[in-house]
Amino acid sequence: MSEPYPANDWTGAEHDEQWDLCVYVTDNSPKSQRAIENLRRACEEHLTGRYQIEIVDVLKDPRRAAADQILAAPTVVRRVPSPIRKLVGDLSDSNRLLIGLEIRPSGEPA
Amino acid sequence: MESTILTTLTDQPVGPTLDKTPTGISGLDQITGGGLPRGRVTLVAGSAGAGKTLLGLNFLVAGAREYDEPGVLMTFEESADKVASNVRSLGFDLDELQRKGMLVVLAFRVDPSEITAAGDFDLEPIFAILADAIERVGAKRVVLDTIEVIFGAFGDDTIVRSELIRLVRWLDDRGITAVLIGERGNRGGDSLTRHGIEEYVTDCVIVLDHRVTAEISTRRLRVVKYRGSAHGTNEYPFLISARGFTVLPITSVALDYAASEDRVSTGIPRLDHMLGGGMFRGSTLMVSGTAGTGKTSVGAHMVNSACARGEHALMVLLEESPEQVLRNMQSLGLDLRPWVEAGLLRIWAARPSAFGLETHLAILAGLIEEEKPSVAVLDGIASLSNTTLDAEVTSSVARQIDLLKTRGITSVITALGQGEDVSTVSVSAMVDTWLQLRNIEANGERNRLLFVLKSRGTSHSNQVREFVLTDHGVELVDVYIGAAGVLAGSARVTQQAAERDEELRIAEELARRRRELHRSVIEREAHIVATQDQLDAERTEINRIDLREGHLVADIEADRSTMAARRWADASPHNGETL
Repeated sequence: MSEPYPANDWTGAEHDEQWDLCVYVTDNSPKSQRAIENLRRACEEHLTGRYQIEIVDVLKDPRRAAADQILAAPTVVRRVPSPIRKLVGDLSDSNRLLIGLEIRPSGEPA
Repeated sequence: MESTILTTLTDQPVGPTLDKTPTGISGLDQITGGGLPRGRVTLVAGSAGAGKTLLGLNFLVAGAREYDEPGVLMTFEESADKVASNVRSLGFDLDELQRKGMLVVLAFRVDPSEITAAGDFDLEPIFAILADAIERVGAKRVVLDTIEVIFGAFGDDTIVRSELIRLVRWLDDRGITAVLIGERGNRGGDSLTRHGIEEYVTDCVIVLDHRVTAEISTRRLRVVKYRGSAHGTNEYPFLISARGFTVLPITSVALDYAASEDRVSTGIPRLDHMLGGGMFRGSTLMVSGTAGTGKTSVGAHMVNSACARGEHALMVLLEESPEQVLRNMQSLGLDLRPWVEAGLLRIWAARPSAFGLETHLAILAGLIEEEKPSVAVLDGIASLSNTTLDAEVTSSVARQIDLLKTRGITSVITALGQGEDVSTVSVSAMVDTWLQLRNIEANGERNRLLFVLKSRGTSHSNQVREFVLTDHGVELVDVYIGAAGVLAGSARVTQQAAERDEELRIAEELARRRRELHRSVIEREAHIVATQDQLDAERTEINRIDLREGHLVADIEADRSTMAARRWADASPHNGETL
């Protein structure tokens, strides 16, 4: 974490890489709704066409949540590309969202 | 009518009595008067390695095994496999309990480095996962280990704190008896846990402590708070052993032991006699003395006679190895080995420096639990003081005595101590009988004397006895008090010989006198016989004389008549007429 990433080695920076995300929410609480919206917006903006988002309601499937080691909601898990990253919160802070999931804003040079 | 109301009033306890959930940790249930508050949340706080997790697991396993109360463990510390393997050596088979549907283990690995906080969140998944697990097995008990891990993991402690308070309420509402495990902060201060809030929302707070003094570790437990219930407030030592988590409520020095009138033989007949017929059952006898005075042999005698009666006995040795003691006692004609082989005698030996005082106590409690002895010997308690302060030793010995007394075990404790030194005296207040063995040196030899310094509730002998170790056990022999003081050993033997001579002389003298008198009696009897013969002869003579006299008179009368007739006397001379 402490070492800066080399400029051309941003994880997922290659434009053909597929992103597999999962968001764990609780029912349709306002926080959950906000998190889903914020995540979708960021993905559309920066990962257009190469991402998929699974939505898991931990209230409906608590065992899945337990198996996936989810304690807080909403939680976004970046399953691919590796390594796994977890982002907890309603993602209202878009900067933290990008940093947390290690998404290189598309505007930045590779 | 009024009386009925009064009766009902007095019969009803004031307010609802607090329901308790046994933890299955016997000492802890004793301190808390039955266990943790049922349907409430208890905080167990302690530093790393203090045994918090084990307490929680013991609570769950006991619930599942003994009280038919399934449980859920949610751990943030280790993987499920690791938790299971850690406690397998204690006989807790978590996998089996899970298969039987009595336990759910939920393990979470929380790695703050892979989590980023980004906005508002809650811990609703914990609630959902717990709710599901509780429902799955019908759980009555829940353990969360360790809540500190959640703090810091999500960046925002304010949210975590309020969510944990909500979790406590949520568990309370469900009637779940829960244990929240918290890490004790190393910042010190008032707070029991690092984040210091849980203790205000939970009903019961237990603090575990792990201290190292003089290179010996001691674990202690304290019930800091128990809302609505009386509880022991002391620090109680506890032990993590092969039997799991054991708390020792030994400071329950309540002085309410049943006093038995039964006497138990010490195995030394003359000692029994000195104590008025033996020790009272359940009482404690202390033998103090310097090294080599034969203290252990008193205990060995006691054990030997208990085993001979078919009772179980326990010997705790702090100075020697079992083999050493068995050999030494054999030289006194006390063969304890058969009792060991028959399973009647359990000998446990350990250097006091191997364990702390509390651990030692815990082991004793465990041994008593296992063996259920009627008689116990603690040999060499004073050597405990090699490692710690005297006051601590005294307190520890007091607890050991208390432990033995509450179990009704007749016990002999031996203590190294010259005279009536301070530590022995402070312990002596707690024992019922105090024997002292003292070496006296005289005539180039050492001899042992036995004093009964005190014996509660018995009219005991206040005499000193010589304590002799023979090849057929201990013998108590009368001592001689001479001009030079107490005589023992060869001085006593010399004195005994002198007395035997004197006795012999007196006996001979008496025999001679008897012979004399006998002779005299015979003589006098012979004399009496002779005198009697003479008397008889004289009486016969008198009779004969009387007879003779009668004849003589008659003859004279007859002669006179004949002569008168011959002289023609006309008048009787009795008529007064002249002849």
